[in-house]
Amino acid sequence: MPVLKRSLFDKAIVSRAARDAVRKLHPVHLLKNPVIFVTEMGALLTTAGIVLRRGSEPAGFTVQISLWLWFTVLFANFAEAMAEGRGKAQADELRKTRIRTVANRIREDGVPEPVPAERLRKGDLVIVSAGETIPADGEVIEGAATVDESAITGESAPVIREAGGDRSAVTGGTRVLSDRVKVRITADPGQGFLDRMIGLVEGAERQKTPNEIALTILLSALTIIFLVVVMTLSPFGRYSGVPFTVTVLVALLVCLIPTTIGGLLNAIGIAGIDRMVQKKVLAMSGRAVEAAGDVDVLLLDKTGTITLGDRQATAFLPAPGVAAEELADAAQLASLADETPEGRSIVVLAKKYGLRGRSIADLPGAAFIAFSAWTRMSGVDLEGRSIRKGAPDAIQAFVRADVPLRVHDAVSDIALHGGTPLLVAEAGRVLGAIELKDIVKGGLRDRFERFRAMGIKTVMITGDNPLTAAAIAREAGVDDFIAEAKPEDKLARIRREQAAGHLVAMTGDGTNDAPALAQADVGVAMNTGTQAAKEAGNMVDLDSNPTKLIEVVEIGKQMLITRGALTAFSICNDVAKYFAIIPAMLVGVFPVIAPLNVMGLRSPASAVLSAVIFNALIIIALIPLALRGVRFRPLGAAALLRRNLFIYGLGGLVAPFPGIKIIDLIVNALHLV
Amino acid sequence: MTVYGGLQLALFLGCLFLLTKPVGLCLVRVLDPGGRTWLDRPLKPVERLLYRFLGVDPAKEQDWRSYTRSLLLFSLAGLLFTYAVLRLQHLLPLNPQRFGPLAPDLAFNTAASFTTNTNWQNYAGETTLSYFSQMVGLVFHNFVSAAAGIAVAAALVRGLARHASRTVGNFWVDLVRVNLYLLLPMSLVLSLFLASQGVVQNFRPYVKTAAGAGATGAGAGNAIAAQVLPQGPAASQVAIKMLGTNGGGFFNANAAHPYENPTPLSNFVQMLAIFLIPAGLTYYLGRKVKDRKHGWAVWTSMALLFLVAALVCWKAESAGNPRLRTLGLDPRGGSMEGKEVRFGVPASALFATVTTDASCGAVNAMHDSFTPLGGLVPLVNIELGEVVFGGVGSGLYGMIVFIVLAVFLTGLMVGRTPEYLGKKIEAYDVKVSVLTILVPIFAILGFSAAASVGRWGLAGLGNAGPHGLSEIIYAFSSAAGNNGSAFAGLDGNTPAYNVALALAMLCGRFVMIVPVMALAGSLARKKLVPADEASFPVSGAMFIGILVGTVVIVGALTFLPALALGPIVEHFLMTGSGVLF
Repeated sequence: MPVLKRSLFDKAIVSRAARDAVRKLHPVHLLKNPVIFVTEMGALLTTAGIVLRRGSEPAGFTVQISLWLWFTVLFANFAEAMAEGRGKAQADELRKTRIRTVANRIREDGVPEPVPAERLRKGDLVIVSAGETIPADGEVIEGAATVDESAITGESAPVIREAGGDRSAVTGGTRVLSDRVKVRITADPGQGFLDRMIGLVEGAERQKTPNEIALTILLSALTIIFLVVVMTLSPFGRYSGVPFTVTVLVALLVCLIPTTIGGLLNAIGIAGIDRMVQKKVLAMSGRAVEAAGDVDVLLLDKTGTITLGDRQATAFLPAPGVAAEELADAAQLASLADETPEGRSIVVLAKKYGLRGRSIADLPGAAFIAFSAWTRMSGVDLEGRSIRKGAPDAIQAFVRADVPLRVHDAVSDIALHGGTPLLVAEAGRVLGAIELKDIVKGGLRDRFERFRAMGIKTVMITGDNPLTAAAIAREAGVDDFIAEAKPEDKLARIRREQAAGHLVAMTGDGTNDAPALAQADVGVAMNTGTQAAKEAGNMVDLDSNPTKLIEVVEIGKQMLITRGALTAFSICNDVAKYFAIIPAMLVGVFPVIAPLNVMGLRSPASAVLSAVIFNALIIIALIPLALRGVRFRPLGAAALLRRNLFIYGLGGLVAPFPGIKIIDLIVNALHLV
Repeated sequence: MTVYGGLQLALFLGCLFLLTKPVGLCLVRVLDPGGRTWLDRPLKPVERLLYRFLGVDPAKEQDWRSYTRSLLLFSLAGLLFTYAVLRLQHLLPLNPQRFGPLAPDLAFNTAASFTTNTNWQNYAGETTLSYFSQMVGLVFHNFVSAAAGIAVAAALVRGLARHASRTVGNFWVDLVRVNLYLLLPMSLVLSLFLASQGVVQNFRPYVKTAAGAGATGAGAGNAIAAQVLPQGPAASQVAIKMLGTNGGGFFNANAAHPYENPTPLSNFVQMLAIFLIPAGLTYYLGRKVKDRKHGWAVWTSMALLFLVAALVCWKAESAGNPRLRTLGLDPRGGSMEGKEVRFGVPASALFATVTTDASCGAVNAMHDSFTPLGGLVPLVNIELGEVVFGGVGSGLYGMIVFIVLAVFLTGLMVGRTPEYLGKKIEAYDVKVSVLTILVPIFAILGFSAAASVGRWGLAGLGNAGPHGLSEIIYAFSSAAGNNGSAFAGLDGNTPAYNVALALAMLCGRFVMIVPVMALAGSLARKKLVPADEASFPVSGAMFIGILVGTVVIVGALTFLPALALGPIVEHFLMTGSGVLF
């Protein structure tokens, strides 16, 4: 999927969100959000007060309070609409690729017939030829083809899809560039990957995550508490001879119920999924994003995730009496025709020994011997020289002589440190060893270090022998490794970690990864992987970059932190609002209570109005934070908590005091009440 | 504020600190069905006999539903039993004063009051109840309601300590063991001590004396012809009333009566007795969840809340009423109205704080006569949910509910689903926790609001204005919080108040226990998340701050508007315009 690099606050998104905010005023829509629903009911009540001309306070005051209460609801709706904005725009783009095509379905008698793509069902067989669009998700069962998948991945380079193995899945909406394939359809119309993608980025299928449900319960309880507080205040006022008007009571209620977090809660969740989409990760549910934050064990495949995936030559270790240059020269000659990454890396390394770049064209008389599984070596015969490189035992057999002791030691040393040794020989003489090493991706060590600080354990999975695995594990800085791993080992490890109370994340692409992907709490399937893998996981990485698992975890944590931070902020805000409203409510009958007006607000009416305005504006002010998320820092729990508590807890306690005061000054300067 | 008062406060906290661990260790043994105590030899046969009598298999544990059912049934039986005793006391023995039966509403109120560990008293003991009613009908509850509270706390702690477990203990075993091995022996020791201080313990009829020389009314010349000195088995009842945070006085004047609380030393020991088991339970918590620091963090949070309240109350009371100056009196002596001279301001303020922090409700001074701010402290203490040490058991389980909420509110900020001691806090846990918080709020605010505008509510008021409102709110706070102390200006012995207060008490106890037990069951069932660097820290200054903050903010946010119209306005009226109520 070509990710739209639009700003969160793109003009088109904002204006669309503004329209949606009004549409979302429908009470049925708001029922899912009790806090905002109560706010809307309050707004209705005060508005009814204006119409019915009840209440003793000046109409201007009631009108303004009502207006700001409506704004509070609108701002909350706007936040949600903003969070949906980028996803909706993205979904529109995706819909464009969902063009109507005609498929060549193979009838039971084997004759192809053209049918509209939307009439295809699971299990149908179709033929897709070069230049045609694949009509629906499926699996190649015959043939191979190059496919342009840019509609899904945003990557313009074509990929090969072929029958059998882990590269057989094709996606509806992608285009075959060459050859022709027979495809078995695996998705009914409207259930395809593209449809699901549209639904996901649009947030249409979004359900509340477990954590959101718990938080909603808490927020509803607070709302109920404050409803009781405000409703009982009326009789208490009657006892005390203090008349409280409906407007003021509603204003107090709305200021006390957690409108800030209530208004932003949905936006935070949607924005979390949106951030995943921006990283080209499709989360199948908000629950998956949330689980990513909870993950504390990462299972990482060595190849591709921790190492670059290709072994590289890193050193030449000459035999006694052989100059390093001589060894490098021989190694380079032997590798000139070797197009494997290992071979190329030997040529490159040799250049560091002062050897100029050579090409095959410079050596017309050379006969290159290709690597075969039988001989397990490759090389060149050139002007009577016969140079070979290969596995130590193969070379030993080739030279029919003992390998010099120093070279022998070098070979075992390389193996001990996780590398692969190759020997180079010429004319019955071993020239020395080449060290091939798995290169660990840059920056991983630091990253794993940060993970450890956050309490996340990393486990490397590799098919290597334990010795090699241990060496790479040490170099990469992972906490644990599974060597000589078989696919079922992954599943067993996941089960074991889960039984011990851990939440596990992993990546995978092959069909044999599917059970483990399904078992893991967060299973990120590579888009290049098989259909089975993609269905088993709860996320798909369109880039097929396994290292991204790390970012997935960070986004999950960021979402949870943002939710927590705004909850703390919202609740702490109430203290200041009390100091604004309670004295204002009582000072008319009990002038002696004036010292409680610590902010020195001008009049009771302006105090109440200012608190309500602050309460509405703070939602708008926090939308960017809700959408972008609190900046994530990889710290231990205590440090993270201290930091966030200081900023959002204490900040929430303090910020409204100056905020309300400033609004009060403006309200009075403009003579609004 | 005097040095003496400061020393007493410091000594009090110091003694409490030193006694917390020993009492906690006792609790660890008593609440473990197989735990050994040095009373096993004499009491083990009794324990076995009781199980056989109750038809209980002590080895069989109950799940939370069954545990709760047992507790509710047992409490209902106790309620009915006491109701019957009070209604029939004229037919029962040990009634030398020949008191008649209690009215149905008062009997209901009193039975509910003692079953719920509240001990709200709409009667005066010495003029209403026979020795039998006191000793059997009421003291029975002083023991078993305290034990039931401890049982619930133990079940909740077991829920935290266990994982993937269906059961949370056996109610009958907890009930029997707490009574036999903890409450009975401790009460015995304490009553002997109190008797040594001069608390009466006999079954004699009341003593009539001729008026003494000093007993002549000085003002209007109303000579007191004769004085009746009530007698009775007070010492045995006073001990458990403190240890079990019951608070129901043998005499109407409660711990202000010289026969219940004769000396400064008995006063000091009684205050300690109130906090003893609630403090020990925090240690029990730490031990059982294998995080002693956590137990002490909870203790420290409670101690901080207590200390601030005690200081505020003491300061307000020693500042006294500024209006005294206009009468030509020196206010530096503090507010002595309604206080015993033998205790003075510091010991009265301290007692008031202790008895309302814990849901005890015994009083050694009249809270109604406190200055507005001084009286605000006991009221707020109750409204915080009786979690500052709190009632025996109920203090700890109330506090754990607050911890669960505090952890949920702030735990997200570490970037994980909040967890408390390795237990993930999920929707169900939040639901039952907020229910627990909602119940007393509904009861306090709902009943108070109805009373403040209803004719039945206003009829019982002794004072007008904001002070009257404080009296109403205090009564229902005390009832719903299962405290039992009173702003005595309110006459609660009317059918309407008797029933309303009884309902508030029953809500505050049993409607609250059900969600608490549900929480215990839910926590016990959960898998344990292994502790690591990302676990929520449940000890240390930050945790204490979060917990104290949550308790204060929830309490303050909920009750501030009502309090503003009561004690707060009253305070400003007194200092600002000199209006008194």
